[in-house]
Amino acid sequence: MSNPGNLKYTTSHEWVRTESDGTITVGITHHAQELLGDMVFVENPALGRKLGAGEECAVVESVKAASDVYAPVAGVVAAVNGELESAPEKINADPYGAWMFRMKPDNPADVNGLMDAAAYQAQVDSETH
Amino acid sequence: MTLKQTPLNENHRAMGAHLIDFGGWDMPVNYGSQIGEHHQVRHDCGMFDVSHMRVVDIRGKGVREFLRYLLANNVDKLVKPGKALYSCMLLENGGVVDDLIVYFMEEDWFRLVVNAGTADKDLAWMRLQAAGHVKSHPECYAVNESPQSECCAESREKPGTTPTGTMGQEGNPALDIADLPEMAIIAVQGPKAREKLWAAMPGSQKLTESLTPFSGVVVGSMFIARTGYTGEDGFEVMIPAQAAPYFWNSLAAKGVKPCGLGARDTLRLEAGMNLYGQDMDESSTPLEAGLAWTVDLKSGRDFVGKAALLANPPRHQQAGLVLLDRGVLRGHQRVLTAFGEGEITSGTFSPTLEKSIAFARVPNGVQAGDMVQVVVRDKLLAAKVVKYPFVRNGKVLISL
Repeated sequence: MSNPGNLKYTTSHEWVRTESDGTITVGITHHAQELLGDMVFVENPALGRKLGAGEECAVVESVKAASDVYAPVAGVVAAVNGELESAPEKINADPYGAWMFRMKPDNPADVNGLMDAAAYQAQVDSETH
Repeated sequence: MTLKQTPLNENHRAMGAHLIDFGGWDMPVNYGSQIGEHHQVRHDCGMFDVSHMRVVDIRGKGVREFLRYLLANNVDKLVKPGKALYSCMLLENGGVVDDLIVYFMEEDWFRLVVNAGTADKDLAWMRLQAAGHVKSHPECYAVNESPQSECCAESREKPGTTPTGTMGQEGNPALDIADLPEMAIIAVQGPKAREKLWAAMPGSQKLTESLTPFSGVVVGSMFIARTGYTGEDGFEVMIPAQAAPYFWNSLAAKGVKPCGLGARDTLRLEAGMNLYGQDMDESSTPLEAGLAWTVDLKSGRDFVGKAALLANPPRHQQAGLVLLDRGVLRGHQRVLTAFGEGEITSGTFSPTLEKSIAFARVPNGVQAGDMVQVVVRDKLLAAKVVKYPFVRNGKVLISL
C-alpha cells in the first residue's frame, strides 16, 4: 500500500491530514499497523486535552505489542474516533481511513514541518533494510 | 549477526511469512493475521515450523536410570515404547534449567526435545550430570551384564557399593548424549490435523491412527508424535532437514495453513501451557510456576533439585488472570492482590475469549475467584483470578 500524497507523516509513524476547518486528523500509517499486526485495543486521548508536539497521547495494542501514539504537533484534542474502541481491527483493514483523533493545532504552520509521503517512504525503506 | 535458519526458511518466504528475529532465529511470526491463524488451529488445523527446538537422543544401558535422576518427573511412568512425558530439568537449588518432552524409544534410547534458546546450556548440564552420575552409580552403567546392574535404585542408598562393571571407556561410552540439530520439527495442530496429515502422507494413517495422546512412533526416518503446544489434537513430526520442505508443501497442498509463532504463543497461553524464560526460569521452581503436577516427589528416587524442593516451600505461585476492563495484559506488569504484589509473566489478548488473559506470579494465599488489580501504564485495571487452562480442544473452560 502506498502512502497517500495528500497527507503529512511523522518519524513515529503517524499520518496527518489538514481539514478545511483548520483542524488536523491523525492516524497511524500502513507500515505501523503492519509492524504491529492484528489490533485489539485503542486508547485515545481525552477531549480537550492540551498536547505538546511529540507528546505521548494515545496507545494502540496489537496481539503482539503495545505502541504509543504521539501528537504530531502542539494543540488541543478536538475529536476522537470512538468507533475504534469496539473495532480496533479497522486500523489494519484501512489505516488511512481509520483515523484516531483530531486536534486544533496551536500553530497550523507546524504541520508544514512534517514529512511528505516520499520522505516518509524513504524513512520506512531505511528502517526495513 | 546472521540469523539462524531452519530448513523451511525458503518455504516461509514463498508463502509470504512475516519473519522476525526470534532468539537468533529467522522465524515466521505470522503469515498475515495472527488472530486468523489462531482461529484456524482452534477450528480446523494449521502447521508450525518449530525446527529451532532441539532434539537430543540419549543412548546407553543406564539411560533410564540417568533420566530418573536428571528429571523432576519420573520416567518410570514411561512403560510403552513411544510414550512421552513432560518434565522440568532442575538445578540443585530447584530452579528450572529447562522444560522438555522426553520420549521412551527403546530401553537404551530416550529422545528429548528441548527449547531452542536453552539447548546448548541443556546439553552441557546433561553431560555434567551424566558424568557425575556414571561416576557415583557405576553399577547402573555396567557394560557386562550382572544381576546388580539392574538395581541401581536399591543399591544407591547403601554406602560402599562396589562397582560391578566398566563404564565410560573410550569407544564404549556409558551414556551417549547427542543432539540432532539437523532434524526439522513440524507441528500440525487442530481438530482436523490428523486427517489432513494422513491425506498428505500416504500410508501414515495405518501407522499413526492408534496413537494415544502423548505418544509417538518411528516412521522410517521420521518420528510422529501425538503431542503439541496448542491445546488441540494433532501431531508433532520430526523429519530430516532435506525432507522437510517437501513434506511442508505436501501438507499445504492438503489445506494445512501455515501459522506463525505469534499464534503459537496465544494458543499455548489459552491452553494453560508455560513458556520457558517467561513463566519459569532458573530463579523459580516448578512448584512456584504452576508445574507441581509434573514433579514426582512421591517415589523414593532421588533427582537433581529434589532436596531443595522438599526443604523450601514455594515462595509464590502461578495464577491465571482474565482482564475485566478493556486493555491488554503484558509480561512484567504489576499485579496488586490482597496478599501483596505480584507480576505478570505472560500476557496477551485471547482471540477465543476476546479478552486479555495472563499468567501471573502472585503471593501465596491468592485464590481462584479473587479480584486483583493490574497496573497498566497510568491505570489500575480489574482482573479476576481463574483456574486455567482457559481453552482446550476448542472449548472455553473458564467462567466469569
